[in-house]
Amino acid sequence: MAKLVKNAVGRMVPTEVNGQKVVPFKGLGKHRPTGHKYAPPIFTSIDYPEDGNKVVGSLKEALKKCGLKDGMTISTHHHLRDGDLVSNGIFDIAHELGVKDLVWLPSASFPCHQPVIKHLENGTINRIEGSMNGPLGRFVTEGKMKGTAVLRSHGGRVQAIQDGEVKIDIAVLAAPSSDFFGNANALYGPSACGVLGYASADFLYADRVIIVTDNLVDFPNMPMEIQGIYVDYVVVVDKIGIPEKIVSGTTQITNSPDRLYIAELTTKFLLESGILKDGCYMQAGAGGTSLAIGNYVHQILKEKGWKSKVGFGGSTKYMVQMLEEGTMEHILDAQAFDLEAVESIAKNKNHHQYPVFNAYNYHTKGNLTTMMDIMILGATEVDVNFNANVVSHSDGYLLHGIGGWQNCLHAKNVILPIPLFRDRIPVIRDEVTTLVGPGELIDIIVTERGIAINPLRKDLIKKMKNSKLPIKTIKQLKDEAERICGKPKAIEFEEKVVAIIKWVDGTVIDSVRKIKQ
Amino acid sequence: MKKTAEAGNYGKDVSSDCRVTLEITKTGGIKTEVISKVQALFGDNIKKLCTDILKYFGIKNAKLRIEDGGALEYVIAARVEAAVKSLIKTDKEYLPPVIPENKFETEKDRFRRSRLYLPGNTPKLAINAGLHSSDGIILDLEDSVSPAKKFEAAILVRNTLRAVNFYGGERMVRINQLPAGLKDLEYCVPHNVNMILVPKCESADQIKQVNTKIKALNKAKRKIWLMPIIESALGVINSYEIAVSENVVALAIGLEDYSADIGAQRTNEGAESFYARAMLVNSAKAAKIQAIDSVFSDVSDMEALMQNVLRSKGLGFDGMGCIHPRQIKVIHDGYAPSAQEIDKAKKIVDAFITATEKGLGVVSLGTKMIDPPIVKRAEKTIKLAVNLGLITENWREEI
Repeated sequence: MAKLVKNAVGRMVPTEVNGQKVVPFKGLGKHRPTGHKYAPPIFTSIDYPEDGNKVVGSLKEALKKCGLKDGMTISTHHHLRDGDLVSNGIFDIAHELGVKDLVWLPSASFPCHQPVIKHLENGTINRIEGSMNGPLGRFVTEGKMKGTAVLRSHGGRVQAIQDGEVKIDIAVLAAPSSDFFGNANALYGPSACGVLGYASADFLYADRVIIVTDNLVDFPNMPMEIQGIYVDYVVVVDKIGIPEKIVSGTTQITNSPDRLYIAELTTKFLLESGILKDGCYMQAGAGGTSLAIGNYVHQILKEKGWKSKVGFGGSTKYMVQMLEEGTMEHILDAQAFDLEAVESIAKNKNHHQYPVFNAYNYHTKGNLTTMMDIMILGATEVDVNFNANVVSHSDGYLLHGIGGWQNCLHAKNVILPIPLFRDRIPVIRDEVTTLVGPGELIDIIVTERGIAINPLRKDLIKKMKNSKLPIKTIKQLKDEAERICGKPKAIEFEEKVVAIIKWVDGTVIDSVRKIKQ
Repeated sequence: MKKTAEAGNYGKDVSSDCRVTLEITKTGGIKTEVISKVQALFGDNIKKLCTDILKYFGIKNAKLRIEDGGALEYVIAARVEAAVKSLIKTDKEYLPPVIPENKFETEKDRFRRSRLYLPGNTPKLAINAGLHSSDGIILDLEDSVSPAKKFEAAILVRNTLRAVNFYGGERMVRINQLPAGLKDLEYCVPHNVNMILVPKCESADQIKQVNTKIKALNKAKRKIWLMPIIESALGVINSYEIAVSENVVALAIGLEDYSADIGAQRTNEGAESFYARAMLVNSAKAAKIQAIDSVFSDVSDMEALMQNVLRSKGLGFDGMGCIHPRQIKVIHDGYAPSAQEIDKAKKIVDAFITATEKGLGVVSLGTKMIDPPIVKRAEKTIKLAVNLGLITENWREEI
């Protein structure tokens, strides 16, 4: 492994990973790739069946026809979430065929993907470039993966594909409904998940595209969120997903009085600071606290006769309620978190599918995130310079993916409602274990014991000068957390870099070392 | 003598607590085994703390196993101490420092609209309890603690009183029914408690016993108020003599036990307890102290709670108990003065200030003379209204 260098946020990162040169983070907006986007090879329509029927007998047959071989990159999307019955099977087949050293490029991974660990162990998979969830994170952090993990945001994944940094050899895309030509959508069928927004870069840029469906419908399958003209083969299976697990487990407003209290403080801050206003663009995630904030905001909008102009998904039943009760004009959606949201996309004309492509990508001519007024996000840790972590916990283990988190940091007002400590672990630290988002982009930290405004936001500090809300400095919050919990010991790591964290522009913002055991 | 002891709680659903298993051995020094959810960050720290405590109690040879679900230091210390004291006899106490925020005393007639019950042996609920702004927080040693856990709970409550910030909430402990409750006083009186709740109180003599014990323990001579809880037919009959006892600033009613005592079912409408509640309010008011209503046990039904609060306020109660933080806001809203009450209070207080400014001895509003207690009550209403943000501090300029 090449030697480590210090990047613009003071983190030690490698300059070469998995045999590829990488660029250390240079600072916000400093990295501007030039040239042309990557393009897939030229295909010719005369090589495809004239009757349009691309259905083959099995996924194995399709993979073989696509020329599956050692070292290829296989991509999947995560719209079936923890109910995904397709991804693991790809690697079982590859193993059976004796294929080695694959790269798996999921748009996110879930606990249900734990079985791929055996294929990481037996050499079928060299590495994962995507998110490291639960058991996968543990496996990687303990230094057991052959290659080095690459963690990217949703937007960063699109950027990497467009830059040609990652070349998808075969995209295996599960589709809740498809016709024989490969026109596919996620609105109908037993595994309906609403949208397939995260698969758009995959089908546009992959060499080969396989659609796997459990709901083959007559041609033409409309709307065609994935267009058949990009598809090589269609595979029909019994089941692509477990419906109750496709729906995210987190779309309930929290019952915890402590979290509700944080949500209430956040909402008060939004209103008092003028961030919450008529016509605002907002995103609130699907976590229990975020949903509670969304619900409080809904009440305020109702009372004041205001409206949010645009709500950005992942959508939930609570957002749908706002749409239906008229406090939200449009929902733009790259993923639907619950069944109510899935149904709403099919029935409400102002609930639009909006590929992640349009929302988050560094290489588009502008994108949605910078237009957002209210951006509610989470974090596992925040440091005294407002830098934040979402991928690892304070014990050093990778546990979560980045998701759209880094991309969303570009919003006008980024608010992190987080507890000051979890059990005994302070959330506000001198230094984050892994730096995933630079503090310059994080505006407000709301904890149950006080609110800290980033000193860069002089406008907000001035506005809130006479507020009765518990406004404190981030240092005060850190001290308070340590006073209650004690000062945690620094975690010990070994030299070996087990994962790198990409920034949205493709540079390396931090690296994760093997944990010392 | 016992060789091994256990204290605390540990399991999948338990957080912020730990289970300590202690065995005193003959040789081999102190051996500590730590299994912790926060091992990487605090494992060494926990080990050192446990060793320090054992040394403090003069234990030189022991095997200590701690299974920790993210307990704070004051909790771990309480659990280790409880285990130690189950094995050896000692008068020593391993006390966490009293945080400066906990050194305040409270006034006799401060607001006591809401008081949040916390099971005394469940540390997770205590840490953030003060954030929800109830007027008081009760660490309960009585009904919410099983008999086997009473001892460790008393030590935990003592440490909680010293180490946990309740952000201005009045710091209360409900001791056990006498005579056991008298022993509980040792764990709270020297540790900055503001008020003792005396359950199942039936006579002035019981209050006298409590006062005597408090006096003996209260070396710092801090103000420690009493709130007897009347939970029986006899208690209701004797409520006045209880109310006028020394240090009693409020009288509470416990309706579950009372209903059982008179052989009735407790209903939401509360016809069965109407006499008791009216009597209790009357006794309290005759003694010029506060009357506090029972808890409302359905934590999911906020509408029924509100009706209950309004009924309670209508009978003359000044506050009630809560068993969930969600109830606090509803209770505060319910006991808040109405617009009409505020309006009247404004006029009275304004007349009083004007009269004082003019040097008049007598306050009058229109043709009516106003007595000092009425002014005082009006001032209290105004203070409450300002606190609740119903009027501003400069309300006089807006008249």
